[in-house]
Amino acid sequence: MRQATSYTRTAIGLHWLVAFALLASFGLGLYMQDLPLSPDKLKLYSWHKWAGVTIFLLVLFRLLWRLTHRPPAPPADMPAWQHVAAETAHWLLYALMIAIPLSGWLMSSAKGFQTVYFGVLPLPDLLAKNKELGETLTTVHQVLNFTLAGLVLIHVGAALKHHYIDRDGVLARMLLFIKKA
Amino acid sequence: MNTVLKSVALLALLIGAPHAAEFNTLRPEQSRMAFVYKQMNVPVEGSFKRFNGQISFDPTKPTLAKAALEIDLASIDVGSAEGNDEVAGKLWFNTKQFPVARFVSASVKPLGNSRFEVAGKMSIKGRTLDASTPATFRQEGTNAVFEGSFVLKRADYGIGEGMWADFGTVANEVQIKFRLVASSVASKQ
Repeated sequence: MRQATSYTRTAIGLHWLVAFALLASFGLGLYMQDLPLSPDKLKLYSWHKWAGVTIFLLVLFRLLWRLTHRPPAPPADMPAWQHVAAETAHWLLYALMIAIPLSGWLMSSAKGFQTVYFGVLPLPDLLAKNKELGETLTTVHQVLNFTLAGLVLIHVGAALKHHYIDRDGVLARMLLFIKKA
Repeated sequence: MNTVLKSVALLALLIGAPHAAEFNTLRPEQSRMAFVYKQMNVPVEGSFKRFNGQISFDPTKPTLAKAALEIDLASIDVGSAEGNDEVAGKLWFNTKQFPVARFVSASVKPLGNSRFEVAGKMSIKGRTLDASTPATFRQEGTNAVFEGSFVLKRADYGIGEGMWADFGTVANEVQIKFRLVASSVASKQ
């Protein structure tokens, strides 16, 4: 694989698609959980699950793409510890983006509500109904989500630091509509 | 006991066939009253924990069989705690005002192969409607086991009114699945 100077259009498209889907899904998840039971709440829960399955599939494709397309090299003058930190953070982001939908799916099964993708495609229940396990998995799903949220904040902070302080074009590599440095 | 009954009882004793027994006592603890409903097209299982009733079924005279069931609606489990709280409310079963659902059979029609069509009246939430269900009979040890399932349309009884009346989230059709176990208690006569 040749070392590119920018991410592929596919990688850029997937990055932003997943970013917005995650943000929307995270916000929806926070909002819906305290609603009193109503048809709207049931709808929101279903939409959240469909979004989760979609994000999971997108992330799998992203991961496949990432493994077969070498990303652009970091700036030459970037300190080694930042290089390691960036690498670690990126793989951790991938791990969380895979783990979070899975935890949601398992949680749903343990609570006795099957996930039926778009109300059409039933996903198998990997766990039998189990109240205590359902509550544990709810906590797992929440902790993973807040970990991801924290990591995304660091990710965004680092990107902005590269753009406004280092002025090294790292952020621009992930943007389609900004002139590359 | 008059002489006719006496001779019938004597005849039954003389024949001594196992089928001569009439199953006349419902065993709720061995029975099950469950259902499956769909919300957002997701099938969810539920059940009623408490119900009771009377059954009389003589396999040699099935058309004379009778069943009367009473279901304690507050014992419903729709699959989640918040769901259970919700369906007790006025929009659903309104269990404070209508605590019990009733089914009383009117006729039993043999369909062959130990299958029967049981028709009668169903009363839920102040409404009484004709209802019928297929049911199978088989003997398990000394017990009779009746199993069957039928579709109940919740809107017919006003189960799920107001914001729940729309079938877009919770479907109108609810699959009721029952397994009723009855035994013979000879001392009943």
